[in-house]
Amino acid sequence: MAPDTSAPAQSVVPQSGAPSLTRKDFVSNQDVRWCPGCGDYAILSTALNVFPKLGIPRERFVMVSGIGCSSRFPYYVNTYGFHSIHGRAPTFATGLKLVRPELSIWIITGDGDGLSIGGNHLIHIMRRNIDCTILLFNNRIYGLTKGQCSPTSEMHKKTKSTPLGSIDYPVNPISLALAAEATFIARTLDTDPKHMASIFQQAAEHKGTSFVEIFQNCIIFNDKAFEPVADKTTRADNAIFLENGKPLVYGKDGLRGIRLNGWKPEVVSFDESNPPSGLPTHDEMAEDPSWAYLLSRMDPSQGFPVPFGVFRRVHRTTYEDLMAQQISEAQHRQGLASTEALQELITGEDTWTVS
Amino acid sequence: MSANQRKVEDAENVVIRFAGDSGDGMQLTGMQFTDTSAIIGNDISTLPDFPAEIRAPAGSLAGVSGYQVNFSNFDIRTPGDAPSVLVVMNPAALKTNLGDLEKGGILIANSDAFTPDNLRLAGYAQNPLEDGSLKGYRLYQVPMTKLVETALKDNPLSFRQKERCKNFFALGLVYWMFNRPMEPTLKWIQEKFKKNPDVSDANTRSLNAGFYFGETTEAFEVRYQIRKARIAPGTYRKITGNEALALGLMTAAERAGSHLFFAGYPITPASDILHELAKHRRFGVKTFQAEDEISAIGATIGAAFGGALAVTASSGPGIALKTEGIGLAIMTELPIVICNIQRGGPSTGLPTKTEQADLMQAIWGRNGEAPLAVIAPATPGECFTMAFEAFRIAVKYMTPVMILSDGYIANGAEPWRIPKLDDLPAITVQHPTSADGSFLPYLRNPRTLARPWAVPGTPGLEHRIGGLEKADRTGNVSHDPDNHEFMVKIRRAKIDGVAGDIPDVDVFGSPEGGDLLIVGWGSTHGAIISAVERARDRGLDVSCAHLRYLNPLPKNLGDVLKRFRRVVVPEMNLGQLRLLLRANYLVDVEGLNKVKGQPFKIREIEQKIDEMNPKKLGVSKQKVAVA
Ligand code: SF4
Repeated sequence: MAPDTSAPAQSVVPQSGAPSLTRKDFVSNQDVRWCPGCGDYAILSTALNVFPKLGIPRERFVMVSGIGCSSRFPYYVNTYGFHSIHGRAPTFATGLKLVRPELSIWIITGDGDGLSIGGNHLIHIMRRNIDCTILLFNNRIYGLTKGQCSPTSEMHKKTKSTPLGSIDYPVNPISLALAAEATFIARTLDTDPKHMASIFQQAAEHKGTSFVEIFQNCIIFNDKAFEPVADKTTRADNAIFLENGKPLVYGKDGLRGIRLNGWKPEVVSFDESNPPSGLPTHDEMAEDPSWAYLLSRMDPSQGFPVPFGVFRRVHRTTYEDLMAQQISEAQHRQGLASTEALQELITGEDTWTVS
Repeated sequence: MSANQRKVEDAENVVIRFAGDSGDGMQLTGMQFTDTSAIIGNDISTLPDFPAEIRAPAGSLAGVSGYQVNFSNFDIRTPGDAPSVLVVMNPAALKTNLGDLEKGGILIANSDAFTPDNLRLAGYAQNPLEDGSLKGYRLYQVPMTKLVETALKDNPLSFRQKERCKNFFALGLVYWMFNRPMEPTLKWIQEKFKKNPDVSDANTRSLNAGFYFGETTEAFEVRYQIRKARIAPGTYRKITGNEALALGLMTAAERAGSHLFFAGYPITPASDILHELAKHRRFGVKTFQAEDEISAIGATIGAAFGGALAVTASSGPGIALKTEGIGLAIMTELPIVICNIQRGGPSTGLPTKTEQADLMQAIWGRNGEAPLAVIAPATPGECFTMAFEAFRIAVKYMTPVMILSDGYIANGAEPWRIPKLDDLPAITVQHPTSADGSFLPYLRNPRTLARPWAVPGTPGLEHRIGGLEKADRTGNVSHDPDNHEFMVKIRRAKIDGVAGDIPDVDVFGSPEGGDLLIVGWGSTHGAIISAVERARDRGLDVSCAHLRYLNPLPKNLGDVLKRFRRVVVPEMNLGQLRLLLRANYLVDVEGLNKVKGQPFKIREIEQKIDEMNPKKLGVSKQKVAVA
């Protein structure tokens, strides 16, 4: 067998000498077929702006998706792409990354695809820390199948499949990603392209599984689901943008903050002349996910702002690098693979000859 | 008569079965006996039979585990219909296995285990060793537990630990009885327990004690000798179906100059393939234990998209879960291999028992018109060849290929003539590196109809694939009615075309035709060919043909079937191949169907042959050809 050449994985990020690419290089010739006004357009457009900035040759990009409105994404990007089956995108991405660690793999999924039918795979790709970027378009509804409630739909929501109101407690994608211990976890929203671009870029540059939840408006079946934060005029009072090492301050005039009362966060208001001391600062690199988890639990219905930005960013060796290590260690111990070695293996230890 | 002058009788073949509680180490005992017999040149064939529970209650009927070995001085093909020697470690083992022992057969019982408690657990009102009910057998009562205890009195292990060595005592005794060398097992013990000298010592002594017990006890009047088997010249090893399969997959990757990627989820009886491959990181083998069966097929397809030789293995329930993924591999026309190590079904069924009831699932069991190639090894050793063949077809035709093995050949062992890698053909893998104009991912090779296997990372060949219907040539999503029908037909034509690239089916017996043809597939081969040989020896006009390619079927099969007046298909299901043959060739096929989780016995197939009352062969034809 030929010696393994894939080990150890090169970083997929900046390549000096890579040809300089522009947004145009990433636009495919396919007509985009989302509903006019869908939040997906802004996400696609932002991603197309970010791709050429990553210093990765175009042929190394692979978009892998499942099923749903968001999962059409690969057709609209002129890179390698795999529009797979419902919920399973992480599995294809895993197999692909294990044999081609040099690729930059993007998993495009939604709340139904990623958190319902594909929940299991999403958990496991994150805990394994396969190097890839997961963009989860959360619109809190099933769009492609025309408007059933999804695992992120709010309790009591009336939809086609829940005419009397949903009796499903919703899942919190960030809390779930933290429990699965993804090494990069962030939230952004479709109406803030600048923030989105910055998060996409950081997610791509992180080595390991990057999980990005994107609040995405489905104008047809769940319009204005994120109105208080999506609308620029109300956002400042309803959203808090996390910045590493900075205190948790938000509000139109920056005069509200989050402080801890024991293990409980609470909102404090203050006036400019008298900023409170002891507001906790955000630590996205904390190894222990408890802090990030606490942030992920802040509930807007209880008067808390919705956090956006990076919740967690830690370093862990990726699954594919650990596998490459095992291969090179085995080759170091037992010698490189060769036809002779394979013949020896096939022959085994106990043989006899019949003449 | 002194012990050393004991009579040694030559025997052609012996079928021995070790049976005991699942905690008694019967699988290990059987495997050691098999290894030793193989090393000294006997032909062997084995049938391990164990309960699905890892530890059913000790002493219970449900907890009995058995291992049957047929060893001989001639070419054998099955583990034997009925044991002529039965070793039982407790009353439950006696109860569940005695019915199979040949009349007058040798029965060795660990008499110490026939306690009132154990007798009650096995449902015996009185001790069968004492009530005369076993007088039709040659019964040897051996107080193994006590003998082991005595042999180990200087050893510091606890009583319970010592007691667990009694399987080695039993093994030593049968080694003596059948004149086997002890060295291979002694070496194995030393190696296995090198970190635990007390256990190593206890097992060694127990083995020796068993051997010397035979030697010194007057009770055993004869020893048997089974000479080397007269089989084709070459260098041999013992191999199980799952080992052979794993090695065949690795060899295919080597011959393709590629790397093997395996994704699987633990499931009986397929897990051993993962275990075997996981040892071989040195060869660049990447094994991935997925979170579930669906993930395993997904990762396999992803790896194939990335240009690796990718394979997954499972059994019925797992294959059911992979169904949607397999459909995607068919739609995206990626080369993957799916191994189905069949077991009793439906649902969880009989995890540790064998069956061939997934044939229709393999060929038809997906939504839509979803053809793939299906092949089936006939023996443990053949799993190597068919694994290699699966990748050859997959890569050449850009298609998923399913291998149908089953629990019987997966766990069963036989001597295997070790192939020379240099003699095996290369598998040609082509990844395009450039395109004239824009790349067309569904532009087909006119001969094989395969599409190009362009791998992510190749500049200029960026393209998208997926589960939605593809437009011919461009691979773009298409809902066009004519295109859909065209693509459905071309996917079928591609698989049909494989028929031109596989061997014709051979007829054993009278290739020119005759009265009765037995057609089999997969693991029934040994029993069928042995039964047909015997019938022909009796002058009956019976032939057989064995299918290793199930989809597509060999090109000459229709002709072959029509050359015989009657056709019978024995299979471990209710008639799936029979249905296929009837549908494809309008031939009135009869079935011989057994769904007991057990392989066919030669006798059962002979009986069916006799029932069919075949004509007599002309004298000149009586000893024809070996296929
Ligand atoms: S249904 Fe909703 S999510 Fe889907 S494309 Fe239309 S607006 Fe977007």
